[in-house]
Amino acid sequence: MVQAISRIWRSIKQRYNLEGVHCEVCKESFFPKRTICPNCRRKGKLVDAKMPHTGKIYSYSLVYSAPAGFEYEVPYFVAIIELDNKVKIFSQVVDSEVDKVKIGAKVKAVFRRVQAGKEEDVIAYGYKFTVV
Amino acid sequence: MKGKKVFVIGAGMSSFGEHWSSSLRELIVDAAVKAIADSKIEGKDLQAIYGGCMASGQLTGQEHIGALIADYLGINPLPSTRLEAACASGSVALRNGIMAIASGFYDVVAVGGVEKMTEVSTELASTALGGAGDEEWELFNGATFPALYALMARRHMLEYGTTEEQMAMVAVKNHANGAKNPFAQYQKEITLKQVMESAYVASPLKLFDCSPLSDGAAAVILASEEFAKKICEKPVEFIASSQASDTIALANRKSFTSLKATQVASKEAFTQSGLKAKDIDVAEVHDCFTIAELMAMEDIGFCEKGKSGKFIEAGETKIGGSIPVNTSGGLKACGHPVGATGVKQVVELTWQLRGDANGRQVKGAEIGLTHNVGGSGATSVIHILKKAF
Ligand SMILES: [Zn+2]
Repeated sequence: MVQAISRIWRSIKQRYNLEGVHCEVCKESFFPKRTICPNCRRKGKLVDAKMPHTGKIYSYSLVYSAPAGFEYEVPYFVAIIELDNKVKIFSQVVDSEVDKVKIGAKVKAVFRRVQAGKEEDVIAYGYKFTVV
Repeated sequence: MKGKKVFVIGAGMSSFGEHWSSSLRELIVDAAVKAIADSKIEGKDLQAIYGGCMASGQLTGQEHIGALIADYLGINPLPSTRLEAACASGSVALRNGIMAIASGFYDVVAVGGVEKMTEVSTELASTALGGAGDEEWELFNGATFPALYALMARRHMLEYGTTEEQMAMVAVKNHANGAKNPFAQYQKEITLKQVMESAYVASPLKLFDCSPLSDGAAAVILASEEFAKKICEKPVEFIASSQASDTIALANRKSFTSLKATQVASKEAFTQSGLKAKDIDVAEVHDCFTIAELMAMEDIGFCEKGKSGKFIEAGETKIGGSIPVNTSGGLKACGHPVGATGVKQVVELTWQLRGDANGRQVKGAEIGLTHNVGGSGATSVIHILKKAF
Protein backbone atom coordinates (compact mmCIF):
# COMPACT_ATOMS: atom_id res chain seq x y z
CA MET A 1 0.00 0.00 0.00
CA VAL A 2 1.26 3.47 -0.83
CA GLN A 3 2.54 5.15 2.32
CA ALA A 4 1.34 8.61 3.40
CA ILE A 5 4.12 11.08 4.23
CA SER A 6 3.01 11.37 7.88
CA ARG A 7 3.19 7.64 8.18
CA ILE A 8 6.70 7.41 6.79
CA TRP A 9 7.85 10.33 8.95
CA ARG A 10 6.56 8.93 12.24
CA SER A 11 8.22 5.56 11.75
CA ILE A 12 11.60 6.85 10.55
CA LYS A 13 13.47 6.04 13.78
CA GLN A 14 12.05 2.56 13.85
CA ARG A 15 12.62 1.81 10.18
CA TYR A 16 15.99 3.54 9.82
CA ASN A 17 17.60 2.72 13.18
CA LEU A 18 15.68 -0.37 14.34
CA GLU A 19 14.48 1.60 17.35
CA GLY A 20 12.11 -0.36 19.55
CA VAL A 21 11.38 -0.23 23.26
CA HIS A 22 12.74 -1.85 26.39
CA CYS A 23 10.76 -2.43 29.59
CA GLU A 24 12.81 -1.45 32.64
CA VAL A 25 10.56 -3.53 34.88
CA CYS A 26 10.51 -6.97 33.18
CA LYS A 27 13.70 -6.33 31.14
CA GLU A 28 12.12 -7.52 27.88
CA SER A 29 12.64 -5.63 24.60
CA PHE A 30 10.04 -5.18 21.87
CA PHE A 31 10.10 -4.37 18.17
CA PRO A 32 8.14 -2.66 16.73
CA LYS A 33 7.39 -0.09 19.42
CA ARG A 34 4.53 -0.61 21.82
CA THR A 35 3.12 1.93 24.23
CA ILE A 36 2.16 -0.71 26.82
CA CYS A 37 4.34 -3.60 28.01
CA PRO A 38 2.31 -6.79 27.41
CA ASN A 39 3.95 -8.41 30.45
CA CYS A 40 3.60 -5.57 32.99
CA ARG A 41 0.91 -3.41 31.37
CA ARG A 42 0.47 -0.16 33.37
CA LYS A 43 3.17 -1.17 35.89
CA GLY A 44 5.78 -1.44 33.12
CA LYS A 45 8.18 1.31 32.14
CA LEU A 46 8.98 1.39 28.43
CA VAL A 47 11.93 3.42 27.15
CA ASP A 48 13.14 3.79 23.57
CA ALA A 49 15.88 1.31 22.76
CA LYS A 50 17.93 0.62 19.65
CA MET A 51 17.82 -3.03 18.67
CA PRO A 52 21.08 -4.81 17.77
CA HIS A 53 21.70 -4.75 13.99
CA THR A 54 22.94 -8.31 13.91
CA GLY A 55 21.30 -11.65 14.46
CA LYS A 56 20.54 -14.94 12.73
CA ILE A 57 17.84 -16.37 10.48
CA TYR A 58 15.12 -18.10 12.53
CA SER A 59 12.98 -19.07 9.49
CA TYR A 60 12.83 -18.04 5.83
CA SER A 61 10.88 -18.35 2.59
CA LEU A 62 11.52 -17.49 -1.04
CA VAL A 63 8.47 -15.55 -2.24
CA TYR A 64 7.35 -15.95 -5.87
CA SER A 65 3.91 -14.35 -5.68
CA ALA A 66 4.02 -10.78 -4.37
CA PRO A 67 1.58 -8.18 -3.05
CA ALA A 68 1.16 -4.82 -4.79
CA GLY A 69 4.41 -2.81 -4.59
CA PHE A 70 6.66 -5.89 -4.73
CA GLU A 71 5.62 -7.33 -8.12
CA TYR A 72 8.95 -6.45 -9.73
CA GLU A 73 11.11 -8.00 -7.01
CA VAL A 74 10.06 -11.65 -7.24
CA PRO A 75 11.48 -14.00 -6.29
CA TYR A 76 12.70 -12.47 -3.02
CA PHE A 77 13.63 -13.87 0.38
CA VAL A 78 11.70 -13.00 3.50
CA ALA A 79 12.77 -14.18 6.92
CA ILE A 80 12.24 -13.97 10.62
CA ILE A 81 15.48 -12.65 12.07
CA GLU A 82 16.31 -13.41 15.68
CA LEU A 83 18.36 -10.41 16.75
CA ASP A 84 21.23 -10.79 19.21
CA ASN A 85 18.92 -9.65 22.04
CA LYS A 86 16.42 -12.46 21.12
CA VAL A 87 13.85 -10.05 19.66
CA LYS A 88 12.42 -11.48 16.42
CA ILE A 89 11.58 -9.30 13.42
CA PHE A 90 10.18 -9.88 9.94
CA SER A 91 12.37 -8.65 7.08
CA GLN A 92 13.46 -9.23 3.53
CA VAL A 93 16.90 -10.80 3.08
CA VAL A 94 18.81 -9.28 0.16
CA ASP A 95 22.23 -9.28 -1.52
CA SER A 96 22.93 -12.80 -0.29
CA GLU A 97 23.92 -15.97 -2.13
CA VAL A 98 20.85 -18.17 -2.46
CA ASP A 99 22.37 -21.23 -0.80
CA LYS A 100 23.65 -19.16 2.15
CA VAL A 101 20.09 -18.15 3.14
CA LYS A 102 19.21 -20.82 5.71
CA ILE A 103 18.13 -21.21 9.30
CA GLY A 104 20.96 -20.21 11.64
CA ALA A 105 22.80 -18.04 9.07
CA LYS A 106 24.31 -14.87 10.60
CA VAL A 107 22.86 -11.64 9.19
CA LYS A 108 23.21 -7.89 9.60
CA ALA A 109 20.80 -5.02 8.93
CA VAL A 110 21.23 -2.87 5.81
CA PHE A 111 19.37 0.25 4.72
CA ARG A 112 17.36 -0.04 1.50
CA ARG A 113 14.41 1.27 -0.47
CA VAL A 114 11.56 -1.04 0.60
CA GLN A 115 8.75 -0.63 -1.91
CA ALA A 116 9.10 0.14 -5.59
CA GLY A 117 5.84 2.04 -6.05
CA LYS A 118 4.94 4.34 -8.92
CA GLU A 119 6.98 7.41 -9.87
CA GLU A 120 4.69 9.86 -8.08
CA ASP A 121 4.62 7.86 -4.82
CA VAL A 122 6.71 8.76 -1.79
CA ILE A 123 9.62 6.35 -1.70
CA ALA A 124 9.66 4.27 1.48
CA TYR A 125 13.04 3.31 2.93
CA GLY A 126 13.81 0.91 5.74
CA TYR A 127 15.79 -2.09 6.97
CA LYS A 128 16.52 -5.30 5.16
CA PHE A 129 19.04 -7.96 6.20
CA THR A 130 21.95 -9.55 4.43
CA VAL A 131 23.88 -12.73 5.19
CA VAL A 132 27.38 -11.97 6.55
CA MET B 1 -21.80 -23.50 27.37
CA LYS B 2 -23.26 -20.74 29.50
CA GLY B 3 -26.76 -19.31 29.02
CA LYS B 4 -29.76 -20.69 27.13
CA LYS B 5 -29.40 -23.48 24.58
CA VAL B 6 -28.70 -22.44 20.97
CA PHE B 7 -29.69 -24.48 17.91
CA VAL B 8 -29.02 -24.40 14.18
CA ILE B 9 -32.43 -24.78 12.53
CA GLY B 10 -31.44 -24.02 8.95
CA ALA B 11 -28.31 -23.97 6.80
CA GLY B 12 -27.44 -23.00 3.24
CA MET B 13 -24.64 -21.81 1.02
CA SER B 14 -23.92 -20.55 -2.45
CA SER B 15 -21.55 -22.66 -4.46
CA PHE B 16 -17.95 -21.46 -3.92
CA GLY B 17 -15.81 -20.47 -6.88
CA GLU B 18 -15.13 -17.68 -9.33
CA HIS B 19 -18.59 -16.19 -9.73
CA TRP B 20 -18.01 -13.54 -12.36
CA SER B 21 -21.74 -13.22 -12.99
CA SER B 22 -22.78 -12.80 -9.33
CA SER B 23 -22.30 -9.75 -7.13
CA LEU B 24 -21.50 -9.70 -3.40
CA ARG B 25 -25.14 -8.97 -2.55
CA GLU B 26 -26.44 -11.74 -4.83
CA LEU B 27 -24.15 -14.29 -3.22
CA ILE B 28 -25.20 -13.53 0.37
CA VAL B 29 -28.90 -13.34 -0.58
CA ASP B 30 -28.60 -16.73 -2.31
CA ALA B 31 -27.08 -18.33 0.83
CA ALA B 32 -29.48 -16.60 3.23
CA VAL B 33 -32.59 -17.53 1.25
CA LYS B 34 -31.45 -21.18 1.18
CA ALA B 35 -30.90 -21.14 4.97
CA ILE B 36 -34.27 -19.49 5.61
CA ALA B 37 -36.07 -21.97 3.33
CA ASP B 38 -34.25 -24.87 5.01
CA SER B 39 -35.40 -23.67 8.44
CA LYS B 40 -39.05 -23.28 7.36
CA ILE B 41 -39.27 -19.84 9.00
CA GLU B 42 -40.20 -16.68 7.12
CA GLY B 43 -37.67 -13.90 6.65
CA LYS B 44 -39.92 -11.66 8.73
CA ASP B 45 -39.56 -14.03 11.71
CA LEU B 46 -35.89 -13.06 12.04
CA GLN B 47 -35.00 -10.66 14.84
CA ALA B 48 -31.42 -9.79 13.87
CA ILE B 49 -28.66 -10.53 11.37
CA TYR B 50 -24.93 -10.96 12.00
CA GLY B 51 -22.73 -10.96 8.90
CA GLY B 52 -19.04 -11.86 8.65
CA CYS B 53 -17.02 -10.19 5.92
CA MET B 54 -13.34 -9.35 5.90
CA ALA B 55 -12.37 -6.99 3.14
CA SER B 56 -15.32 -6.02 0.96
CA GLY B 57 -14.08 -2.42 0.97
CA GLN B 58 -10.77 -3.27 -0.67
CA LEU B 59 -12.09 -6.15 -2.76
CA THR B 60 -15.28 -4.56 -4.11
CA GLY B 61 -15.45 -1.01 -2.74
CA GLN B 62 -18.59 -1.82 -0.72
CA GLU B 63 -18.70 -1.36 3.07
CA HIS B 64 -21.75 -1.37 5.37
CA ILE B 65 -22.49 -4.99 4.58
CA GLY B 66 -24.89 -5.43 7.51
CA ALA B 67 -27.39 -2.97 6.12
CA LEU B 68 -26.87 -4.25 2.58
CA ILE B 69 -27.84 -7.80 3.59
CA ALA B 70 -31.04 -6.76 5.39
CA ASP B 71 -31.98 -4.49 2.50
CA TYR B 72 -31.49 -7.07 -0.24
CA LEU B 73 -33.22 -9.79 1.76
CA GLY B 74 -36.18 -7.41 1.86
CA ILE B 75 -36.35 -7.46 5.65
CA ASN B 76 -35.62 -3.86 6.66
CA PRO B 77 -35.72 -2.44 9.36
CA LEU B 78 -34.13 -5.47 11.06
CA PRO B 79 -30.94 -4.75 13.06
CA SER B 80 -28.11 -6.11 10.91
CA THR B 81 -24.43 -5.94 11.84
CA ARG B 82 -21.16 -6.82 10.11
CA LEU B 83 -18.30 -8.39 12.08
CA GLU B 84 -14.68 -8.64 11.01
CA ALA B 85 -11.80 -10.79 12.23
CA ALA B 86 -9.94 -11.41 8.97
CA CYS B 87 -10.45 -15.03 7.79
CA ALA B 88 -12.30 -15.77 11.06
CA SER B 89 -14.97 -13.13 10.36
CA GLY B 90 -17.65 -15.78 9.75
CA SER B 91 -16.97 -17.47 13.08
CA VAL B 92 -17.00 -14.25 15.09
CA ALA B 93 -20.33 -13.38 13.43
CA LEU B 94 -21.55 -16.81 14.55
CA ARG B 95 -20.37 -16.22 18.11
CA ASN B 96 -22.32 -12.98 18.22
CA GLY B 97 -25.44 -14.73 16.97
CA ILE B 98 -24.94 -17.53 19.48
CA MET B 99 -24.48 -15.08 22.36
CA ALA B 100 -27.59 -13.15 21.30
CA ILE B 101 -29.69 -16.33 21.62
CA ALA B 102 -27.85 -17.69 24.70
CA SER B 103 -28.44 -14.43 26.53
CA GLY B 104 -32.17 -14.57 25.84
CA PHE B 105 -32.08 -11.28 23.97
CA TYR B 106 -33.41 -12.85 20.75
CA ASP B 107 -35.19 -16.11 19.85
CA VAL B 108 -34.21 -16.40 16.21
CA VAL B 109 -31.40 -14.75 14.23
CA ALA B 110 -29.58 -15.26 10.93
CA VAL B 111 -25.80 -15.47 10.66
CA GLY B 112 -24.10 -15.11 7.30
CA GLY B 113 -20.63 -14.83 5.87
CA VAL B 114 -19.61 -13.55 2.46
CA GLU B 115 -16.61 -12.53 0.38
CA LYS B 116 -16.20 -11.53 -3.25
CA MET B 117 -12.51 -11.86 -4.07
CA THR B 118 -12.13 -12.26 -7.82
CA GLU B 119 -12.95 -8.72 -8.91
CA VAL B 120 -9.44 -7.36 -8.29
CA SER B 121 -5.98 -8.45 -9.47
CA THR B 122 -4.18 -11.16 -7.52
CA GLU B 123 -1.70 -8.48 -6.29
CA LEU B 124 -4.48 -6.30 -4.88
CA ALA B 125 -6.20 -9.32 -3.32
CA SER B 126 -2.86 -10.23 -1.75
CA THR B 127 -2.55 -6.69 -0.36
CA ALA B 128 -6.11 -6.78 1.02
CA LEU B 129 -5.49 -10.14 2.70
CA GLY B 130 -2.14 -8.86 4.00
CA GLY B 131 -4.12 -6.60 6.30
CA ALA B 132 -5.02 -9.74 8.27
CA GLY B 133 -1.45 -9.71 9.53
CA ASP B 134 0.60 -6.73 10.68
CA GLU B 135 0.15 -4.23 7.88
CA GLU B 136 2.89 -1.83 9.06
CA TRP B 137 5.57 -4.37 9.96
CA GLU B 138 4.88 -7.44 7.82
CA LEU B 139 2.99 -6.40 4.68
CA PHE B 140 5.05 -3.18 4.40
CA ASN B 141 8.18 -5.33 4.26
CA GLY B 142 6.94 -7.69 1.55
CA ALA B 143 5.06 -10.33 3.52
CA THR B 144 2.31 -12.36 1.92
CA PHE B 145 0.03 -14.83 3.66
CA PRO B 146 1.65 -17.85 2.00
CA ALA B 147 5.02 -16.45 3.17
CA LEU B 148 3.90 -16.18 6.82
CA TYR B 149 2.65 -19.78 6.82
CA ALA B 150 5.80 -20.82 4.93
CA LEU B 151 7.85 -19.42 7.83
CA MET B 152 5.83 -21.62 10.20
CA ALA B 153 6.13 -24.64 7.88
CA ARG B 154 9.93 -24.27 7.72
CA ARG B 155 10.14 -24.34 11.55
CA HIS B 156 7.76 -27.33 11.77
CA MET B 157 9.96 -29.18 9.28
CA LEU B 158 13.09 -28.31 11.28
CA GLU B 159 11.70 -29.05 14.74
CA TYR B 160 9.59 -32.14 13.98
CA GLY B 161 10.84 -33.51 10.67
CA THR B 162 7.57 -32.76 8.87
CA THR B 163 8.01 -33.12 5.10
CA GLU B 164 6.69 -31.37 2.00
CA GLU B 165 5.09 -34.71 1.00
CA GLN B 166 3.16 -34.87 4.27
CA MET B 167 1.88 -31.34 3.70
CA ALA B 168 0.94 -32.31 0.14
CA MET B 169 -1.13 -35.22 1.51
CA VAL B 170 -3.46 -32.69 3.15
CA ALA B 171 -4.19 -31.17 -0.27
CA VAL B 172 -4.74 -34.61 -1.83
CA LYS B 173 -7.17 -35.62 0.93
CA ASN B 174 -9.12 -32.36 0.84
CA HIS B 175 -9.45 -32.50 -2.94
CA ALA B 176 -10.74 -36.07 -2.66
CA ASN B 177 -13.43 -34.73 -0.29
CA GLY B 178 -14.13 -31.66 -2.42
CA ALA B 179 -14.72 -33.96 -5.39
CA LYS B 180 -17.80 -35.23 -3.50
CA ASN B 181 -19.13 -31.77 -2.57
CA PRO B 182 -21.37 -30.11 -5.19
CA PHE B 183 -20.73 -26.70 -3.57
CA ALA B 184 -16.92 -26.96 -3.77
CA GLN B 185 -14.76 -24.73 -5.94
CA TYR B 186 -12.61 -27.70 -7.03
CA GLN B 187 -14.58 -30.89 -7.50
CA LYS B 188 -11.74 -33.02 -8.76
CA GLU B 189 -9.17 -35.25 -7.18
CA ILE B 190 -5.47 -34.48 -7.43
CA THR B 191 -2.40 -36.67 -6.99
CA LEU B 192 0.56 -36.30 -4.65
CA LYS B 193 2.75 -35.89 -7.73
CA GLN B 194 0.64 -32.96 -8.99
CA VAL B 195 0.99 -31.17 -5.66
CA MET B 196 4.72 -31.85 -5.43
CA GLU B 197 5.28 -30.65 -8.99
CA SER B 198 3.26 -27.45 -8.62
CA ALA B 199 5.27 -24.22 -8.55
CA TYR B 200 6.47 -22.64 -5.33
CA VAL B 201 4.38 -19.68 -4.15
CA ALA B 202 6.48 -19.10 -1.03
CA SER B 203 8.91 -21.95 -0.39
CA PRO B 204 8.35 -24.55 1.00
CA LEU B 205 4.67 -23.94 0.11
CA LYS B 206 3.57 -24.64 -3.44
CA LEU B 207 0.51 -23.57 -5.38
CA PHE B 208 -1.39 -26.74 -4.38
CA ASP B 209 -0.58 -26.17 -0.69
CA CYS B 210 -2.61 -22.95 -0.82
CA SER B 211 -6.34 -22.27 -0.65
CA PRO B 212 -7.64 -20.28 -3.63
CA LEU B 213 -9.21 -16.85 -4.00
CA SER B 214 -12.96 -17.47 -4.01
CA ASP B 215 -16.36 -15.88 -4.20
CA GLY B 216 -19.09 -17.29 -2.01
CA ALA B 217 -21.45 -17.02 0.91
CA ALA B 218 -22.91 -19.23 3.62
CA ALA B 219 -25.70 -18.74 6.15
CA VAL B 220 -27.35 -20.42 9.11
CA ILE B 221 -30.47 -19.71 11.16
CA LEU B 222 -30.00 -19.90 14.93
CA ALA B 223 -32.84 -20.28 17.40
CA SER B 224 -33.63 -20.77 21.09
CA GLU B 225 -34.87 -24.15 22.35
CA GLU B 226 -38.51 -23.02 22.54
CA PHE B 227 -38.43 -21.70 18.99
CA ALA B 228 -36.45 -24.66 17.58
CA LYS B 229 -38.81 -27.23 19.15
CA LYS B 230 -41.81 -25.67 17.44
CA ILE B 231 -40.40 -25.66 13.95
CA CYS B 232 -37.39 -27.95 13.46
CA GLU B 233 -37.26 -31.73 13.12
CA LYS B 234 -33.50 -32.07 13.01
CA PRO B 235 -31.92 -29.34 15.17
CA VAL B 236 -28.19 -29.25 15.80
CA GLU B 237 -27.04 -27.73 19.08
CA PHE B 238 -24.02 -25.52 19.76
CA ILE B 239 -22.36 -26.94 22.88
CA ALA B 240 -19.23 -24.75 22.79
CA SER B 241 -18.20 -21.42 21.33
CA SER B 242 -14.77 -20.06 22.15
CA GLN B 243 -12.40 -17.47 20.77
CA ALA B 244 -8.85 -16.39 21.59
CA SER B 245 -6.42 -13.76 20.36
CA ASP B 246 -2.66 -13.57 19.94
CA THR B 247 -0.06 -11.12 18.58
CA ILE B 248 -1.00 -9.59 15.23
CA ALA B 249 2.55 -10.19 13.93
CA LEU B 250 4.00 -13.68 13.61
CA ALA B 251 7.47 -12.44 14.65
CA ASN B 252 6.25 -11.58 18.15
CA ARG B 253 5.27 -15.19 18.98
CA LYS B 254 7.39 -17.53 21.07
CA SER B 255 6.50 -20.62 19.02
CA PHE B 256 6.05 -20.84 15.24
CA THR B 257 5.01 -24.50 15.26
CA SER B 258 1.67 -24.05 16.99
CA LEU B 259 -1.02 -21.39 17.19
CA LYS B 260 -1.42 -20.43 20.83
CA ALA B 261 -4.85 -18.92 20.13
CA THR B 262 -6.06 -22.28 18.78
CA GLN B 263 -4.68 -24.14 21.79
CA VAL B 264 -6.38 -21.72 24.19
CA ALA B 265 -9.71 -21.69 22.30
CA SER B 266 -9.72 -25.50 22.01
CA LYS B 267 -9.09 -25.98 25.71
CA GLU B 268 -11.90 -23.55 26.49
CA ALA B 269 -14.29 -25.31 24.05
CA PHE B 270 -13.58 -28.71 25.59
CA THR B 271 -14.20 -27.24 29.07
CA GLN B 272 -17.50 -25.69 27.92
CA SER B 273 -18.71 -28.93 26.35
CA GLY B 274 -17.24 -31.35 28.89
CA LEU B 275 -15.77 -33.30 25.97
CA LYS B 276 -12.30 -34.36 24.85
CA ALA B 277 -10.71 -34.33 21.40
CA LYS B 278 -11.35 -38.08 21.05
CA ASP B 279 -15.12 -37.48 21.41
CA ILE B 280 -15.25 -35.50 18.14
CA ASP B 281 -16.64 -37.48 15.16
CA VAL B 282 -15.97 -34.98 12.36
CA ALA B 283 -14.14 -31.67 12.07
CA GLU B 284 -13.84 -28.73 9.70
CA VAL B 285 -10.49 -27.02 10.34
CA HIS B 286 -8.74 -23.98 8.90
CA ASP B 287 -6.51 -25.32 6.10
CA CYS B 288 -5.74 -21.98 4.43
CA PHE B 289 -2.41 -23.72 3.78
CA THR B 290 -1.68 -27.42 4.19
CA ILE B 291 0.70 -26.75 7.10
CA ALA B 292 -2.18 -25.00 8.89
CA GLU B 293 -4.26 -28.20 8.92
CA LEU B 294 -1.30 -30.18 10.27
CA MET B 295 -0.71 -27.65 13.06
CA ALA B 296 -4.45 -27.61 13.85
CA MET B 297 -4.41 -31.40 14.42
CA GLU B 298 -1.80 -30.86 17.15
CA ASP B 299 -3.22 -27.64 18.61
CA ILE B 300 -6.77 -29.02 18.95
CA GLY B 301 -5.37 -32.26 20.34
CA PHE B 302 -6.36 -34.79 17.66
CA CYS B 303 -2.74 -35.95 17.65
CA GLU B 304 0.40 -35.35 19.73
CA LYS B 305 2.58 -32.27 19.23
CA GLY B 306 4.90 -32.82 16.28
CA LYS B 307 3.11 -35.97 15.06
CA SER B 308 0.69 -34.44 12.54
CA GLY B 309 2.84 -35.49 9.57
CA LYS B 310 2.58 -39.15 10.56
CA PHE B 311 -1.10 -38.63 11.40
CA ILE B 312 -2.05 -37.58 7.85
CA GLU B 313 0.25 -40.24 6.41
CA ALA B 314 -1.64 -42.92 8.38
CA GLY B 315 -4.95 -41.76 6.86
CA GLU B 316 -6.49 -40.92 10.24
CA THR B 317 -8.17 -37.77 8.88
CA LYS B 318 -9.74 -39.29 5.76
CA ILE B 319 -13.45 -40.06 5.62
CA GLY B 320 -13.42 -43.51 7.23
CA GLY B 321 -10.42 -42.65 9.40
CA SER B 322 -10.49 -42.09 13.17
CA ILE B 323 -11.29 -38.36 12.82
CA PRO B 324 -12.43 -37.24 9.34
CA VAL B 325 -11.24 -33.68 8.75
CA ASN B 326 -12.55 -31.22 6.16
CA THR B 327 -15.20 -33.39 4.56
CA SER B 328 -16.34 -30.28 2.64
CA GLY B 329 -12.97 -30.16 0.92
CA GLY B 330 -11.77 -27.57 3.42
CA LEU B 331 -10.56 -24.15 2.44
CA LYS B 332 -8.22 -25.87 -0.01
CA ALA B 333 -10.76 -27.55 -2.29
CA CYS B 334 -14.15 -26.16 -1.24
CA GLY B 335 -12.68 -22.66 -1.54
CA HIS B 336 -12.01 -19.81 0.86
CA PRO B 337 -14.18 -16.72 0.41
CA VAL B 338 -12.69 -15.50 3.68
CA GLY B 339 -15.72 -14.00 5.44
CA ALA B 340 -17.87 -17.00 4.49
CA THR B 341 -15.54 -19.77 5.64
CA GLY B 342 -16.44 -19.94 9.35
CA VAL B 343 -20.16 -20.11 8.52
CA LYS B 344 -19.58 -22.66 5.75
CA GLN B 345 -17.84 -24.92 8.27
CA VAL B 346 -21.01 -24.94 10.39
CA VAL B 347 -23.19 -25.50 7.30
CA GLU B 348 -21.08 -28.58 6.42
CA LEU B 349 -21.26 -29.94 9.98
CA THR B 350 -25.00 -29.32 10.17
CA TRP B 351 -25.37 -31.50 7.07
CA GLN B 352 -23.00 -34.11 8.51
CA LEU B 353 -24.83 -34.30 11.86
CA ARG B 354 -28.23 -34.50 10.16
CA GLY B 355 -26.95 -37.25 7.87
CA ASP B 356 -27.42 -35.08 4.77
CA ALA B 357 -23.81 -35.02 3.48
CA ASN B 358 -24.48 -37.16 0.44
CA GLY B 359 -21.43 -38.99 -0.89
CA ARG B 360 -19.14 -37.75 1.87
CA GLN B 361 -21.23 -38.62 4.95
CA VAL B 362 -19.32 -39.63 8.08
CA LYS B 363 -21.31 -42.60 9.36
CA GLY B 364 -22.98 -42.06 12.72
CA ALA B 365 -21.51 -38.59 13.23
CA GLU B 366 -23.03 -37.00 16.33
CA ILE B 367 -20.48 -34.42 17.41
CA GLY B 368 -18.56 -32.01 15.18
CA LEU B 369 -15.93 -29.32 15.71
CA THR B 370 -15.07 -26.24 13.65
CA HIS B 371 -11.79 -24.35 13.80
CA ASN B 372 -11.45 -20.98 12.06
CA VAL B 373 -8.32 -18.82 12.15
CA GLY B 374 -7.89 -15.11 11.46
CA GLY B 375 -4.62 -13.92 9.97
CA SER B 376 -1.53 -15.91 10.89
CA GLY B 377 -3.20 -16.94 14.16
CA ALA B 378 -4.07 -13.65 15.86
CA THR B 379 -7.68 -14.86 16.15
CA SER B 380 -8.83 -18.44 16.54
CA VAL B 381 -12.42 -19.60 17.01
CA ILE B 382 -13.68 -23.07 17.95
CA HIS B 383 -17.28 -24.25 17.83
CA ILE B 384 -18.58 -27.66 18.87
CA LEU B 385 -21.94 -28.89 17.58
CA LYS B 386 -24.06 -31.83 18.63
CA LYS B 387 -26.88 -33.70 16.92
CA ALA B 388 -29.99 -32.84 18.97
CA PHE B 389 -32.73 -35.14 17.61
ZN1 LIG C 1 7.43 -5.19 31.25
